[in-house]
Amino acid sequence: MKNSIMTIMKKEFTRFFTDRRMVLTTVLMPGLMIYVLYSFMGSGLASQFETTEDYKASVYAVDLPESMRALEDNGAFLEFTEISQEETDKAKEELASSEAGFDVLAVFPRDFDAQVAAYDVTAGGKAPAVELYYNSTDNDSQSSYNMMTEMLNTYESALANKFDINPGGEGYDMATDEDLSAQIFSMMVPMLLMIFLFSGCMAVAPESIAGEKERGTIATLLVTPMKRSHLAIGKIVSLSVIAILSGLSSFLGMMLSLPKMMGGAEGVDASVYNMTDYVLVLFVVLSTVLVIITIVSVISAFARNVKEATGWVTPVMIISMLLGVTSMIPSLCKTEPVWFLIPLYNSVQSMNGIFSMNADVLNIAVTVAANVCYAGIGVFVLAKMFDNEKIMFSK
Amino acid sequence: MKELLKVQNLRKTFKISAKQQKIERTKERIKVAVDDLSFTAYEGEVFGLLGPNGAGKTTTLRMMSALVKPDKGDVLVDGASVVKNPEEVRKKIGFLTSELKLEEFFTPNYLFTFFSELHGVDKATAAARKQSLFDKFGITNFAEVKVGDLSTGMKQKVSLVISIVHNPDIIIFDEPTNGLDVLTAKVVTDFLLELKEQGKTIVVSTHIFSLIEKICDRVGVVIDGKMAVCDTLESLTAEKTLEEKFFDIFAERAGGKNEK
Repeated sequence: MKNSIMTIMKKEFTRFFTDRRMVLTTVLMPGLMIYVLYSFMGSGLASQFETTEDYKASVYAVDLPESMRALEDNGAFLEFTEISQEETDKAKEELASSEAGFDVLAVFPRDFDAQVAAYDVTAGGKAPAVELYYNSTDNDSQSSYNMMTEMLNTYESALANKFDINPGGEGYDMATDEDLSAQIFSMMVPMLLMIFLFSGCMAVAPESIAGEKERGTIATLLVTPMKRSHLAIGKIVSLSVIAILSGLSSFLGMMLSLPKMMGGAEGVDASVYNMTDYVLVLFVVLSTVLVIITIVSVISAFARNVKEATGWVTPVMIISMLLGVTSMIPSLCKTEPVWFLIPLYNSVQSMNGIFSMNADVLNIAVTVAANVCYAGIGVFVLAKMFDNEKIMFSK
Repeated sequence: MKELLKVQNLRKTFKISAKQQKIERTKERIKVAVDDLSFTAYEGEVFGLLGPNGAGKTTTLRMMSALVKPDKGDVLVDGASVVKNPEEVRKKIGFLTSELKLEEFFTPNYLFTFFSELHGVDKATAAARKQSLFDKFGITNFAEVKVGDLSTGMKQKVSLVISIVHNPDIIIFDEPTNGLDVLTAKVVTDFLLELKEQGKTIVVSTHIFSLIEKICDRVGVVIDGKMAVCDTLESLTAEKTLEEKFFDIFAERAGGKNEK
């Protein structure tokens, strides 16, 4: 009767893979959506960088001092156009109507440079004031105002320059590109992966178990001579495979789009990981899916219908997401093997170790072994539940 | 004659929820569904369980098919105990009840193969049996139509066929013609007669007198979970019609209470 496990698995796969809607929403869409979403977010961030580099803010200036002209000539992101004092009101009106042909109106005091040179901070008194007019509802005007403010602040600091920190600019951060990638991936991927894996399991397990109870089809299976344990194993293994496909889709979408999502930040590249890292991740992911599917299946078997099962599983999903966050908090990242016996936490920490390139094979082995044991216990519990008429036929 | 199905002092109770207590206007926490019920079905015999709704017929059949466990007593199905060896019992019987539904996403063709595999029927035998049963019940033209798209009558026919994929010697049918149109009901009744001719042992539960009169050899009248009378159809209908006899027994045992 070993074949009955295969028969159940075949049925679950047929049910899933011949339903185009389920395949689309569970396997194809998650990866595609994540890729499109992250890439879109990344493009947004990247375009902001591009704007900063290429865009020149158009600033109308009254009594433009020589010092500002020098900054413009040195390639500041500003383009000054001098106007007279009499044109100020008209320029303000144009700014207010959002139809101005410029972004910011800067009104400098006459002899600004001389006043700045003469001003003594220690003596007190009123400092020379620059007035910047802009329109916060206009994105170009707002960002030009920010640039102008930043430039003036920098100029002000430069006037009182006493010392420099890292004057050379680059070469002081000793982290390699690999370190940067590892840091970003190890913080984000474990949590995201846990969410994706749980979502994949949520998409299939309640429907397959609570759904069968709700529709009355589980009873039809239970009058066959198949062993309850075979039914439990067949369900858990087949649902795990489907959930892994869903998780894999999300994982691929994430790994391919994460560098883009970082807004073009230099050095963030998933290729820093080698085949061994990916194999270790695969082992952890497989065992994690087994645990999650088992948890969701047991909860679903208790529930009377899919809606109830989904409601009961949601708090567990929130807990797994919170455990996912532990990869971002160094004080919660334990390295002793005993911690790797805690289900779900062990998966997060194992993935954290792999993605931060500090993988401890012993801890990963403990994680995989513990997860397989928990899944085995889950199969036993589920088989007992299938044999319990009060649970199976509760209304 | 060989005792193929022996029901021994079966008892089954259910807890009554607070909600159900209100509906049934009772303070009882426990409902006795089946109480010390015994009967025997012999090889090649059709045994009818007759009784009003809520009498305990379906619960009895579910215990006989090892779907639920008895609190007390046992059922021996060709020597196999539902308490000690439920898997063996499930191999030997075919069970049909309206509570057993078929996955609406699948086709009759797929489901027949699926359940044949679960019953360990080899492919060639399953294919031949499928052809024969599908032709007999007019399913062949609908074999690739999803169950969800079939009519109620056709669904019932498919359920019946699925319940006997493994050609069991003992068949347990719970209200097999319930909710069916007259044509489909006749097809099912004729098939039960055909099974009887083949020498199958059948236990059928129903409250339709004509069905009992048509197919049963012996009848057990179940009232309030107890076996009120168990006798041959011939003896029961010696002086009165089955319907008249049933109401006499009902009045005597249940004190003439209206059924729920």
